Amino acid sequence: MSDAPVASQAALRFPENPSSWHSVAIFASRYGYAIASHLLILLVWQLVVVSGSVPSFILPSPQATLATLADPSYRWFSNTMTTAAEVYGGYTLGAATAIVLALLFSWVRSLEKLTMPAVVSFNMIPKVAMGPLMIVWFKYGIGPNMLIAFSICFFPILLTSLRGLREVDPDLLDLVNSLNGSRWQLFIKIQLPSALPYIFSGMKVGAILAVAGAIVGEFLGSDRGLGYLMMQVQVGLDTPAMFMALLLITLVGMSLYGVVLLLERLLVTRDARLV
Amino acid sequence: MPALSDLPKVETASPFIRLSNVSKSYARGGTELIAVSDVSFEIAAGEFVSLVGPSGCGKTTVLKILAGLHPHTQGEVSIGTPATPFTPGRDVGMVFQQAMLLKWRTILDNVLLPAEILGLPRKECIERAHELLAMVGLKGFETQHPYQLSGGMQQRAAIARALIHDPKLLLMDEPFGALDALTRDKMNLELLNIWRKSGKTIVFVTHDIPEAVFLGTRAIVLTARPARMCDNIPILLPPDRTLDIRTHESFGSYARKIYQLLDVA
Repeated sequence: MSDAPVASQAALRFPENPSSWHSVAIFASRYGYAIASHLLILLVWQLVVVSGSVPSFILPSPQATLATLADPSYRWFSNTMTTAAEVYGGYTLGAATAIVLALLFSWVRSLEKLTMPAVVSFNMIPKVAMGPLMIVWFKYGIGPNMLIAFSICFFPILLTSLRGLREVDPDLLDLVNSLNGSRWQLFIKIQLPSALPYIFSGMKVGAILAVAGAIVGEFLGSDRGLGYLMMQVQVGLDTPAMFMALLLITLVGMSLYGVVLLLERLLVTRDARLV
Repeated sequence: MPALSDLPKVETASPFIRLSNVSKSYARGGTELIAVSDVSFEIAAGEFVSLVGPSGCGKTTVLKILAGLHPHTQGEVSIGTPATPFTPGRDVGMVFQQAMLLKWRTILDNVLLPAEILGLPRKECIERAHELLAMVGLKGFETQHPYQLSGGMQQRAAIARALIHDPKLLLMDEPFGALDALTRDKMNLELLNIWRKSGKTIVFVTHDIPEAVFLGTRAIVLTARPARMCDNIPILLPPDRTLDIRTHESFGSYARKIYQLLDVA
């Protein structure tokens, strides 16, 4: 038969099975390579340290890095929470603003024509260069860092969302119009769901940028957060703490990225995902 | 071959669709672009009419005029008879070259889309969707997503979607143009089956002359840019055609005639 179903994806999945061995096998097949590659990095790191060719103030050992966690003077928990609040706050604000603006632009074309050039120009201002000004305006603290994170992640999300909302196939438009469908029906049944993959690809890029924005803010002026901590311990060449701070910043970023991936998995059919 | 008396009788007294001297032009950059010029034809209820012509000749524009998507600039279009009333924006089913299924919906939910847009009672429509999917040979695929289906199967689902709201007029724009030759033959046979079972009026746009002859009870031949009426040929082949009719002499002579009309013979 010329049009037999294409190899069913479902066949590749393991059958439901309560045995724990089975779930271990699923876990290993899904994450095995990812775990292995990270362990490999750790191994190489350890080997380089053991070989003694690099002084420990340049490259601390994994153990020394981990040991810094035990030192309460670094205030890891509250610093991590501060950075996380800036990242998540700035990102949520950025994504929400970008998506709402994209919706408005796709509904009211003249609003886009009026606003978009200004938004593009504004985006050309290096956000890092805005830092000193933010401090003047808002003083030290979570607020201005959140704003930098917001301003840096907002634009790519706006661009991809706009693009997605415009990608309605003309044939589908005809289909809806031939049945006197309303604009709202077109939006809710076709335009928005088909834009979701684009919105999410912008949100993934934005998630990475938001972390960079928050940390830059903390570098420029702050009295807490992981970026602030890095500047503090740098003076004393405390590389293990710098490594640990870097690791925690990465974890904050990965958690945000993970949340975005999870949302995408819930909202977008696998086949429609872009990146 | 069945005798001539078995041929379908086409009621022409009160046509379901009547186009008289229809033209359509666009203003583009100060110049007037004529897409359709002076097209007239009549289609009776229950007919299967092939609209055939070279690629990009404006066949699709004619189809969109019938769908009420493009206003025509001149002439008259009337659809519907007292016996078969037609509600614009309600009684049209459309099938395109690409299946255009929504990736995020299951096959069943894709079929239900027009019913949702029209606000038809959901429960009855689900029942009807199951029947239609069975008719197009997709029983058991209701909960699958489009990517799990081959191109031919997706197009069957698109046909089921076009029929869910029981439209009086089915408009098909080169629906099998993107399929391979074997699948296409099969879909042609099945479409004839669906047409006989459903009794819909079908307008089928194609640039494939053998396909136009094989499917149509009539072939309306259009010339290129702008689309002008070239000929309107009743195809007197039995309605229960099978593929071997294509080797029949009369099939050949219809096809040859259209090839000659379009200057490709």
